Amino acid sequence: MTYLAKPKFHHPNLPKNDLGYTHRDYEGTVSTLCAGCGHDSITASIIEACFELSIEPHRVAKISGIGCSSKTPTYFLGNSHGFNSVHGRMPSVLTGANLANRDLIYLGVSGDGDSASIGLGQFAHSIRRGVNMTYIVENNGVYGLTKGQFSATADRGSKSKRGFINTDNSIDLAAMALQLGAGFVARSFSGDKTQLVPIIKAAIAHRGAAFIDVISPCVAFNNHAGSTKSFDFVREHNEAVNRLDFMSSRMPIEVDYQPGTVEVVEQHDGSKLTLRKLAADYEPTDRTAALGFLQHHAAKGTIVTGLLYVDEDAADLHAHLHTVDTPLNTLSERELSPGQAALDKFNASLR
Amino acid sequence: MPTATPISRVNDFVVRFANVNGSGSASANEMFARAIMRMGIPVAPRNIFPSNIQGLPTWYEVRVSEAGHLGARGGTDLMVAMNPQTFDKDIAGIEPGGYVFYDSTKPLPLSKFRSDIGVIGVPLTAICNREYTDPRQRQLFKNIMYIGALTALIDMDVKVVEQLIGEQYQGKDKLIAPNIKALHIGRDYALLNLDCPIGLRLRKADKVGDRIFIEGNAAAALGAVYGGATVCAWYPITPSSSLADAFTKYCAKYRVDPQSKQAKYAIIQAEDELASIGIVIGAGWNGARAFTATSGPGISLMQEFIGLAYFAEIPAVIFDVQRAGPSTGMPTRTQQSDVLSCAYASHGDTKHVLLFPEDPAEAFDFAATSFDLAERLQTPIFVMLDLDIGMNHRMCRPLAWDDKRGYDRGKVMTAEELEAGKEFGRYLDVDGDGIPYRTYPGTHPTKGSFFTRGTSRDRYARYTEEGAPYVDNMQRLIRKFDTAKDLVPRPLIANSDRPTKYGVIYYGSTSPAMDEAIHMIEAKGHRLDRMRVRAFPFHSSVNSFVADHDFVYVVEQNRDAQLRSLIVNECGIDPVRLVPILHYDGTPVTARFIAKAIGDHLDALKVTPLKVNS
Repeated sequence: MTYLAKPKFHHPNLPKNDLGYTHRDYEGTVSTLCAGCGHDSITASIIEACFELSIEPHRVAKISGIGCSSKTPTYFLGNSHGFNSVHGRMPSVLTGANLANRDLIYLGVSGDGDSASIGLGQFAHSIRRGVNMTYIVENNGVYGLTKGQFSATADRGSKSKRGFINTDNSIDLAAMALQLGAGFVARSFSGDKTQLVPIIKAAIAHRGAAFIDVISPCVAFNNHAGSTKSFDFVREHNEAVNRLDFMSSRMPIEVDYQPGTVEVVEQHDGSKLTLRKLAADYEPTDRTAALGFLQHHAAKGTIVTGLLYVDEDAADLHAHLHTVDTPLNTLSERELSPGQAALDKFNASLR
Repeated sequence: MPTATPISRVNDFVVRFANVNGSGSASANEMFARAIMRMGIPVAPRNIFPSNIQGLPTWYEVRVSEAGHLGARGGTDLMVAMNPQTFDKDIAGIEPGGYVFYDSTKPLPLSKFRSDIGVIGVPLTAICNREYTDPRQRQLFKNIMYIGALTALIDMDVKVVEQLIGEQYQGKDKLIAPNIKALHIGRDYALLNLDCPIGLRLRKADKVGDRIFIEGNAAAALGAVYGGATVCAWYPITPSSSLADAFTKYCAKYRVDPQSKQAKYAIIQAEDELASIGIVIGAGWNGARAFTATSGPGISLMQEFIGLAYFAEIPAVIFDVQRAGPSTGMPTRTQQSDVLSCAYASHGDTKHVLLFPEDPAEAFDFAATSFDLAERLQTPIFVMLDLDIGMNHRMCRPLAWDDKRGYDRGKVMTAEELEAGKEFGRYLDVDGDGIPYRTYPGTHPTKGSFFTRGTSRDRYARYTEEGAPYVDNMQRLIRKFDTAKDLVPRPLIANSDRPTKYGVIYYGSTSPAMDEAIHMIEAKGHRLDRMRVRAFPFHSSVNSFVADHDFVYVVEQNRDAQLRSLIVNECGIDPVRLVPILHYDGTPVTARFIAKAIGDHLDALKVTPLKVNS
């Protein structure tokens, strides 16, 4: 298979966003994933989120590792630079890119094999450094490209398509992200666009490490009875703690929810997250409570979705390093080289 | 009483200090070396240290050479034996007619010494116990005290040492007087009780000139500052950690905006070497000058990423401070044993650019140049230091920078060019040098974006798994590597004063030993032309140098003759024409070793010295 061009032809009256771009300007090439793959739904949600946020399409850098999920960045934001890097190493490449130019939006796309197995270390360290990014794991609990082996997020007792039972404990990346100090942690389901699009928008607006674990059933290898990552299982066991509405600082705030069930969180850029609380006992600004809630429900076999945690005052890696406001990649010799005079002094101190 | 004639030499000898690691001896010993340099006499110190923080033996060797030989010489003329653990071995390493200096608080029987060396005892512990009550002071002042005794024994200018103490403790001024006092306690004891001076003496000279005294890792780090590096990601590993530490220090000094106090750099101590190189590659992809510093095991861990950077054509700089490997212990010793693992790093067909600096001054130059090369060639560049250059103070020419020098950012297509309709193909060779144009992410709203992958792409960075575009791309990468041959630092040739059929190739830290060895070889009547290789890929002059000689010695500090293999492989040369001269016990190669090995080889071949007009 080679490059697939999408037809440029489209309806002249497609809706445009604030910048005058249509959905088409945020699309990429045609997906080569299996028909019905959950990942394609996530791609659609990313496109929708970027369109609605009126992001200039070329101001996003999309970086991935290796695997089915990591192939998806070609399927969205065709005018953005993308980097399909090394298996499990998206976080370090993204960290370096972010250090070089703090002005772009960084979207890291990874999978459960990529982030929970081979790349668990890089996942953890990029989160604890507070790299300003949206880190999406398209989580299907299985290795697709290599034909159906369990990944580290597969639940204990889950059955593979070939009939094997997983005996290892599973890794909950959202719980880990919480523990590691992520400023924004959410979990969603690829089949729930209404929930996912606002979450992605809010994550992009968040400053610091924003992590989203998206359960995304694999139609080829993990959508059968006995799997805990199948469409049916997730639909039956999903407990949404909140419904999120995202409003950028430009938009008027419309709160049409009943007082007492609504929580408004304002992020650093002025954007507001309106949370319609579905679980009355859920507190999304309390890291410890969020962790406890997550673990309590995991023990019952329930998949908690929604915005799990947000710290509106989170700082990012550039703030920790006190780097200049100007992107480092634009600094010239005039700003970077101390010059011969300084070197003369330096030499003199070494005699 | 010594039975050998005591060595009597001025400005030409080796002093070796045997200490216990963590006893505070390092700064006193360094001051000793620096004082000799201040007296205008070339000096070459070397640290021989264990993989340990406290307790294991450590040595500091100071070669004094008015003739300017800065390589390790081998052998010891004066042993300052401060470590009982290694006493017997230290005594055994002294040249016949040499001297041992020891703490004679408990005088040792003559059986502990050799009959052919001079024994100098100073009761350092007794004096310290008498002068000081604090145990820490007793230890620290003992070090400066033996330096004091040595000033009398070898005619070192005590004023110079006093001045150095003043400089060292500038800002902690109350430490100056006690140190000077300790210095004189040692000196006065020697003057009063010992025959001063001994046969080894210093005499003021003017052979240092404007040279400076610096470690290679520090010089390389400063080169990275001057070369415009803004992102550094690294993981601690001996012997490269001091490079990242020095970069941190120099950035704090030179790269903080005076008004805003913000940093014009970002340094990450990563979780491992994989993340280090990943961060470097991400930053290079995004248009920043980025580097990592590591050693052999780090290079092993970075292999996959290095290959990706080669194929995806991303600038990156890797400082490899080479050491013996693997694991712990020997890794605090020097080697040149990563040549092949760097030249062909990673999976698939890969070749990488290597630079071989000979000393700190060249480490500075090559460090700065490496960032230009990385961006010009859009590929990883390896700066191949080693422990001998990196972690020892070395006298070298002053560091120099041309203020008119601009950075070569390579082929980067701008938003204006894209807007004007200039054709952009990320992997399109528009002018035959194999180097395509790139764009930085975020350049233009609708033009010039591309998706970065390994090799499954065509000239326009579009995904393909077909064979022909793959081969097309691989051929272009070879063209690019050929282009590199004329961009990297060229080999330096020093021809013999008489025509000769034999040559020698060497590189990196072997340089000072080779320069000295050539005199010893010539003294035996042999002649050799010399070539110092400074980079890979090899310039065409490497081929012609080998072609112009019947055979060529290749002197290296590794077991497997790695550079020789690289020359054989890349230049298509018959291996029998390249004779390996290999030194790899972890100590720096010496002139004595090279001269003997080459001499023996010539003798074995029954080669008669070439005589002109005979």
